[in-house]
Amino acid sequence: MIWASWSAFFAMGGYAFYVWGSYVMALVFIAGEVWLLLRRKRTLLQRLSLIQRLSAGEKDETAS
Amino acid sequence: MSDAGMFAILRCAIRRDLVLAMRRRADVLTTLFFFVIVVSLFPLGVGPEVNLLRSMGPGVVWVAALLASMLSLGRLFSGDHRDGTLEQMLLTPQPLPLLVFGKVVAHWLSSGVPLVFMAPVLGMQFGLSQDAVLVLMATLLLGTPVLSMIGAIGAALTLGLRGGGVLVSLLVLPLYIPVLIFGAGAVEASASGLGAQAHMSLLGAFLVASLLLAPWATAAALRISME
Amino acid sequence: MGHGRRIAYFDGIRWVTGLGNINWFKYASPVTFYGLAGRMIPWFSAAAAVLAVAGIYIGFFVAPTDFQQGEAYRIIFIHVPASWMSMFIYVVMAVWAGFGLVLNTRLSSMMASALAPTGAMFAFIALWTGALWGRPMWGAYWVWDARLTSELILLFLYIGFMALQAAIDDPRRADRAGAVIALVGVVNVPIIYFSVLWWNTLHQGSSISVTKAPAMAHIMLTGMLVMAIAAWMYTIAVVLVRVRCIILERERHSAWVADLVKEAK
Repeated sequence: MIWASWSAFFAMGGYAFYVWGSYVMALVFIAGEVWLLLRRKRTLLQRLSLIQRLSAGEKDETAS
Repeated sequence: MSDAGMFAILRCAIRRDLVLAMRRRADVLTTLFFFVIVVSLFPLGVGPEVNLLRSMGPGVVWVAALLASMLSLGRLFSGDHRDGTLEQMLLTPQPLPLLVFGKVVAHWLSSGVPLVFMAPVLGMQFGLSQDAVLVLMATLLLGTPVLSMIGAIGAALTLGLRGGGVLVSLLVLPLYIPVLIFGAGAVEASASGLGAQAHMSLLGAFLVASLLLAPWATAAALRISME
Repeated sequence: MGHGRRIAYFDGIRWVTGLGNINWFKYASPVTFYGLAGRMIPWFSAAAAVLAVAGIYIGFFVAPTDFQQGEAYRIIFIHVPASWMSMFIYVVMAVWAGFGLVLNTRLSSMMASALAPTGAMFAFIALWTGALWGRPMWGAYWVWDARLTSELILLFLYIGFMALQAAIDDPRRADRAGAVIALVGVVNVPIIYFSVLWWNTLHQGSSISVTKAPAMAHIMLTGMLVMAIAAWMYTIAVVLVRVRCIILERERHSAWVADLVKEAK
């Protein structure tokens, strides 16, 4: 371990804003990308199943 | 196809587009005036201090040339696209890159060359020395054809798309950056005594490369856009 | 392509794939690739997570304090890998787009489209972290040094590609037009970098070059490499998820998608 204490770790020798600013921002972007992507997948599957249900419903109507 | 045939086709393509451009002189002239106005805005924005303007001048003139070139790209293919001539060009047995080359040359003659001749007037606004103005004109002469050639690729890709003008800018401006750097850099280098040979050689290299490669890419882009 | 040439071309492929007795071109079909990609995603995600933890551990707990730059240099463990990835992804994107254009395979173009947003994200991270590194190091949030400026132009190239594809409704035209701009872009990237480097050194004068990195301890390089590979694994995982979405969107009228959606309920 090269840090004297946890507070020294968070202080980053005075550069806390820059170092943590970088890493937090990168984390935000990566988490954001993953979240947006998973949401895209979810919405897509929901819409496709909705379309399927609607068109199945239409077929039932025209059949009966 | 004989060489004489190739040149005849090229001449025909260039002449046709030049005649069309002459019939719509307003389009050509508005681009030119845009160039002048944009350049004139910069001193108004940064103040009339002579040394500042002298160091900014080449860069400003070059950026304005980039913007003016991009503005005029819209009419490169749109007229022919609207009236069906472009489709005919795609169907003819003549090589499409050659026809495209001719169109772009005509485009440069009607929109790029006037910029070269406006350079002395604009150089005066920025207090550039006579030598600097000559170098500026030379770089514009070498660089504006490159802008037209590369810009044609963007124009072909965005044919008929909504938001066309802004989209072309987004596509093409990053590709213009090397020409800008060496064009403006040449004037500065010659002013500081370093000599602009290296810059001019590079601009010449860009010119040759774009003359050889860009018509191909533009033709491919036209086929993609017209399917 | 003439009829005779096309036959010879496919004979060639059959011969090549017959050699390995593996039908690689099976995976060129979106249906089969969808399944394959789905199975690969968990592995690459896990690899990315493990390597990222390892890399950050090395970066924060093993690598010593830099003599010149203090603790601020630790930003390189995210800045440099992001910058490498943004450039690497652009080349890979152009290669896939080129395959799609030349071989007319839809999946190649879908891969190119899937790669772009991640590449743009890494370019943005590289710029942001570069600015935050620049402030303590050189006193300004933005310095027009060659690498940062080239990174900015690379971001513009990514955005241009994505904007062009977004503006075209027909997917095939979007694929091909994107391929042309990606290929033109990838050819220009070295030219742009060289131009910016020239411009930068010319204007630097006699001041210290900001692009010259300080001599790096072995452990710092290791940390950067581990983070770079982590970023690579992450990219593969994310791009596979995205390309699966694109496949579903494009193939939504086909029977296999209908079956898939039914099963997913």
